[in-house]
Amino acid sequence: MAAASPTKKDRSSTLRAFLVELALYAVFVTGYFFLVLHFLSDWLQDLHLYHVKLYALAAILLIIGQAVLLENVTTWLLRFLRGGRSE
Amino acid sequence: MFFPISNSHISPVYLAVIGFFIGVLGGFFGVGGSFIAGPALRAVGLDWNFAVGTDLAHIVGKSVVAAKRHRALGNVDLKLGLIMAIGTMGGAEVGAQLIQMLKRAGNVNFVVSIVSIAIYVSISSFMIWEAWRTLQYQKKRRPRAKVPVIVTKDDESSFSHRTAAIQRLKLWPMISLPASGVKAISLWIIILVSFIGGLFSGFLGGGAGYIRMPMLVYVLGIPTHLAVGTDLFEIIISASYGTFSHAIKGNVDILIALVMNTGGAIGAQIGAISTQYFTGPKIRLAFVPLPLIGAAIVIYTLMTGHKL
Repeated sequence: MAAASPTKKDRSSTLRAFLVELALYAVFVTGYFFLVLHFLSDWLQDLHLYHVKLYALAAILLIIGQAVLLENVTTWLLRFLRGGRSE
Repeated sequence: MFFPISNSHISPVYLAVIGFFIGVLGGFFGVGGSFIAGPALRAVGLDWNFAVGTDLAHIVGKSVVAAKRHRALGNVDLKLGLIMAIGTMGGAEVGAQLIQMLKRAGNVNFVVSIVSIAIYVSISSFMIWEAWRTLQYQKKRRPRAKVPVIVTKDDESSFSHRTAAIQRLKLWPMISLPASGVKAISLWIIILVSFIGGLFSGFLGGGAGYIRMPMLVYVLGIPTHLAVGTDLFEIIISASYGTFSHAIKGNVDILIALVMNTGGAIGAQIGAISTQYFTGPKIRLAFVPLPLIGAAIVIYTLMTGHKL
């Protein structure tokens, strides 16, 4: 029975860390929507209408760049909230 | 939120939540998830052409996150992924040409629908049979222990004798895949597997992970965890190519894809980390409903005439 309690403790701390991570991530993403996407929208629309090849290139670079950034942010959040352990 | 490129109003929360669910599926199973993303984008009024192109762009972002996480867990065979990307792009082009030929013949919808239903059901049936048999075999060999079993990436499959026979085929040039534990396999078999995956991607749409991931396991003999990670790495290259091609045709609203990816980034990490807690046969067994969902969507489209 003694072995079961640390597992339960671990599980609840993992769940708590995950929920805190989600909350922090949601705040970050909301700011991201309003700041970055707001500024990009007109520029991307112009590219889509008048420079379609440049738009295609920008689309690829943006989606990969954002993915790398978000992966780093989520990894950092996980490490930060779990005291150096990523998973 | 207004998206000026596609001239549509869609809730960013809806997009992030859809991205999250597809991210979990993608990270866990190594699939693109276009069978969910396409209908989900159509459901909020996005035009079909934008739904297809935007979905591909979102797949790139989600796959970057999931593949990075799988790479950190040692689940990506870069050499195999790069070789497969070549075959996939070639196959996708041939698949797209095949669609054009059928369009000219006037029976594209019916042929594509029947072929896809047959393939989806066959994959699911085969995987449920194989994974179930492997799990039963493992259960008989290792009676239930009181100590929890450590999940390893060493994979077992009831189909492994056939896989070994495929690996023994001496079609020059033979290459080794040390990261996947494959000592020697013909380059042509890898190209053929990726070409078939690409062919289905071009023919049926989406990333065709539902056919490529099982082929990586059963034909090439790649352990399931590595098949998931390598498939995601390969999807980055092939979906980037597809995104570029669709963006030039004006079919990508990158702003929608970026918003979807905010949810996808966290979902993909959860999915990728979760694979560490399951053995190969269990991941394969859990994979079974995915092609069936694809088949159900095609049957619905065929019966009602409404494309989801």
